[in-house]
Amino acid sequence: MNEQLWTKAIVMGSSAIGAGLAMIAGIGPGIGEGYAVGKACEAIGRQPECKGTVQSTMLLGCAVAETTGIYGFIVALLLMFANPFIGKLN
Amino acid sequence: MNGEFTVTGAKILFRIPIFGGIAVSETIVNTWIIMALIVGLCLFLTHGMQVHARTKRQIIAEFIVNKINGMVGENMGPHFLQVGYAPLIASIMALSALCSLSGMVGVFAPTSDLSTLLGWSLLVFVLITYNKFRAGGPLGYIKGYFQPIPVLLPFNIISEFATPLSMAFRHFGNIASGTVIMGLLRWALANLSHAIFSLLPGALGRILGNIPLLQVGIPAVFSVYFDIFSSCLQAFIFCMLTMMYIGSAAEE
Repeated sequence: MNEQLWTKAIVMGSSAIGAGLAMIAGIGPGIGEGYAVGKACEAIGRQPECKGTVQSTMLLGCAVAETTGIYGFIVALLLMFANPFIGKLN
Repeated sequence: MNGEFTVTGAKILFRIPIFGGIAVSETIVNTWIIMALIVGLCLFLTHGMQVHARTKRQIIAEFIVNKINGMVGENMGPHFLQVGYAPLIASIMALSALCSLSGMVGVFAPTSDLSTLLGWSLLVFVLITYNKFRAGGPLGYIKGYFQPIPVLLPFNIISEFATPLSMAFRHFGNIASGTVIMGLLRWALANLSHAIFSLLPGALGRILGNIPLLQVGIPAVFSVYFDIFSSCLQAFIFCMLTMMYIGSAAEE
């Protein structure tokens, strides 16, 4: 009984650490999107009449750049709330 | 109030007693309600139309149709506009936006269930494949996997499946992350207000401590970004990507 509890505790703790590590993936999209928005601001500053096109292109690019971060988030979500390892214990 | 914070998926509401019980979850029921809403909205906007728009609702309907037609014509070309891709794009956009926004009224948003998005991206995948077949024929379709050099065949197959999967994951991840963050915020505010107002002396502290006073107003500010902006942006992006992928599939 005690051993089972220990195993479960270790699995849950490791999953929490894994979820935290998975969210490191958020750094990349953050930098990338910031860079894209900065460049879009420059473009609007240079050509204010192109504001609409630049804005919609920037939003689309940001959404695509976000993908890797979203993958990390989904892995974290799985580890936190739909843990596949706890079911394997019994 | 001091309970654990948990995230649950769609609850199963009832089972259809054929084929061993088909589970009908909240996702399906909410999607059908939203579909009925959209049909009702369309009927309301378009009934009693005249050649020259006199009513506000006809002007709104014409504005929406013109916008979608313009978007499809610009991003996919005039051929797709004639074949009739504009209604498809418009319906995906309306369904996506309303499904995500429905999370704001407290019901389970169908777009925070991965199954919904996988279904939509399956539709996109079928359309992409159909357009590739139509553009190059069966031989051209197979040849496309060996471009630019035959060694890249496995990667081409992976990227073929990665396109709809990444679309589904992107939409799901954005809406689900908004739901999780808003849930965490409400949970934290409830605990915080319990901790603060319990410090008041006597019966006042006991009564006020059990009412989550800090939950009033503060989540609304975050909701503007996580619910309204994110929902509309993801609907727009899903449609833009659909148009771009289908448009580029026909060009090859």
